[in-house]
Amino acid sequence: MTIQDKIERHTLAVLVDNEAGVLARVIGLFAGRGYNIESLTVAEVDQAEHMSRITVVTRGTPMVIEQIRAQLERLVPVHKVVDLTADRPSIEREMALVKVAGIGEKRVEALRLSEAFRARVVDTTHASFIFEVTGAPEKIDAFVALMRPLGLVDVSRTGVVAIARGAEAM
Amino acid sequence: MAAQEMTGAEIVIKALVDQGVDTIFGYPGGAVLPIYDALFQQQKIRHILVRHEQAAVHAAEGYARSTGKPGVVLVTSGPGATNAVTGLTDALMDSIPLVCITGQVPTHLIGTDAFQEADTVGITRPCTKHNWLVRSADDLGRIMHEAFYVATNGRPGPVVIDIPKDVQFQKADYLAPQNVVHKTYRPRVKGDIEQIRAAVELIAKAKKPVFYTGGGVVNSGPSASLLLREFVRLTGFPITSTLMGLGAYPASDGQWLGMLGMHGTYEANLAMHDADLIICVGARFDDRVTGNVAAFSPNAKKIHIDIDPSSINKNVKVDIAIIGDCAHVLEDMLRIYKAKAARPEKTALARWWEQIEAWRGKRSLAYKASDDIIKPQYAIERLCALTRGPDTYITTEVGQHQMWAAQHYHFDEPNHWMTSGGLGTMGYGFPAAIGAQIAHPDALVIDIAGEASIQMNIQELSTAIQFMLPVKIFILNNSYMGMVRQWQELLHGGRYSHSYSDALPDFVKLAEAYGAVGIRAEKPGELDDKIREMIAVKKPVIFDCVVDRFENCYPMIPSGAGHHEMILGDDPEAATVTEEGKMLV
Repeated sequence: MTIQDKIERHTLAVLVDNEAGVLARVIGLFAGRGYNIESLTVAEVDQAEHMSRITVVTRGTPMVIEQIRAQLERLVPVHKVVDLTADRPSIEREMALVKVAGIGEKRVEALRLSEAFRARVVDTTHASFIFEVTGAPEKIDAFVALMRPLGLVDVSRTGVVAIARGAEAM
Repeated sequence: MAAQEMTGAEIVIKALVDQGVDTIFGYPGGAVLPIYDALFQQQKIRHILVRHEQAAVHAAEGYARSTGKPGVVLVTSGPGATNAVTGLTDALMDSIPLVCITGQVPTHLIGTDAFQEADTVGITRPCTKHNWLVRSADDLGRIMHEAFYVATNGRPGPVVIDIPKDVQFQKADYLAPQNVVHKTYRPRVKGDIEQIRAAVELIAKAKKPVFYTGGGVVNSGPSASLLLREFVRLTGFPITSTLMGLGAYPASDGQWLGMLGMHGTYEANLAMHDADLIICVGARFDDRVTGNVAAFSPNAKKIHIDIDPSSINKNVKVDIAIIGDCAHVLEDMLRIYKAKAARPEKTALARWWEQIEAWRGKRSLAYKASDDIIKPQYAIERLCALTRGPDTYITTEVGQHQMWAAQHYHFDEPNHWMTSGGLGTMGYGFPAAIGAQIAHPDALVIDIAGEASIQMNIQELSTAIQFMLPVKIFILNNSYMGMVRQWQELLHGGRYSHSYSDALPDFVKLAEAYGAVGIRAEKPGELDDKIREMIAVKKPVIFDCVVDRFENCYPMIPSGAGHHEMILGDDPEAATVTEEGKMLV
């Protein structure tokens, strides 16, 4: 394997018209051409202009990443594609809701660890917590791993959202 | 301009007329009846009734490719739309501009599994450049105009407009098309001048250059072909082309090497392999062309001109990428090259031509002639000799006959050769010929076919008869799905699994049953006279040319091999295919 063939992880931001079927076009492109989707988030970001932003985390060789970007750009409702890994420094965040059930020592330990991760308790019963935790995906992975032996019941993650550092728009 | 109120169906017709459409190909059904009713009440648009929706799309492709205008298709919901899918995929792969209008069940029934309901935009999303489901007649006019813009601008392709039946009845304002800048889709037409300069630098220094051109030159329009010819002659470089690009450069010219790729000529493929500079104009380095990518043209710098950025570095990494329309880029390139003092070294170029002549000397398209059996190559040679001309259009089906046509029929003009290159659709050629004949009523239009392919859209004989289209179907009949058999011979120990064309119809009687003319030739000696007879008939003709059953198509790059590993003829020793190669198609 040459350097060209090295698999890299890239985060792409895709600005699209918020019209029917646009997400299906993006997902269909990835599925149809055999590209990876590690994480995908989408929401409208400009109501007046009906624009949505899709953040997609993918893996591939540099040639494949370049292809993905070009293929996305040629979809008609796509305004712009930015490779937040290659083009400029950026910030990535993910949010998770993590449900942990337990009593006694384990419950105390879960609460103690959650403080270390700056997780917030957003729901509680005598036998459970729901934590809200935000951070880079690795931080969420670590938190979930720590909760597993303490009574992890359910996890819901948003997937990665990302934005470029500095003053400019995408 | 003041808006006019009309029904959705009337908007469809009005928008087509305003877009300059005078011919559409279609088939009616429940969900498009209002549009057919509007069609009935006007005179400006001619409707060609096909016998299967797939044929409507291929006919529109033939029309588009032979005229440079977008083809238009009208079909009903459900099966009408699903039957069109093969044609749409074909047009997408070969970059043919099409606007396909499909009927849909009324909006309140969408999602209820209504009669003849299909998720048309869902099904056609991956096989169109873009598609629209029109939920209100208020959007219809705008979408119609946008559809033509998207289909014809940038890399051309098919689009689908899915119109529910209630929207066809609904009244709304219609606005004539205006020159509006599309919100998101604005393909780049002019190439980057710095990249073009850098390309010219490489061209001026090349010692072993070759032009490798494709369908993009044809799609760019007649001026692109003229500029290409001028540039190629000015440089003195050899030129080869993909299957899709045949005719953009005249095959009768001395700098022409013939087609490249899997069944390309020895000189074209070896030139590609040994070149130090490849100038790719409107082609896409697809697997039929490159063979084994790892062995592809190892020492060449590569310049790639393409209107679609996603074609760049997709299969082969290039050194200089120029995004833009071929004609625009070639114009700039030619201007910069002319203004530049440096020229390629004459002696080096002469040595390169010497090498090429040596490869030519192998006569890779040669075949063993016969006096008592018609060799398929001979049939194409004679057909070419007797029909070649500026007013002759050739289409093909898919298989051995297609490759023999590409090898032995020589094209001097663009837009005169129509074949299914990317998708490889058996059944393409006859309806495409119908489309070409509609566009050029006085031309000689010939579908070079195989006896297997032709049966995939044979029902269109009825269309040809109805519209009095004197299309000629020239069948190279070897009683086999020849290319399948050839691969079975090469890769599967000669076990001809289901590749024999059993229970063939009598094609002469079949032609007669439709009201067409049937001609059969079985001996080389009668071929010329019978071809002349075919040309003289002013009706559709099926020409059943019975050829050598076991002839294979050579030369050939076996799958998984490189350009330098061509097989020149029937030589079992040479035809070794690696295990990896067997996996490829």
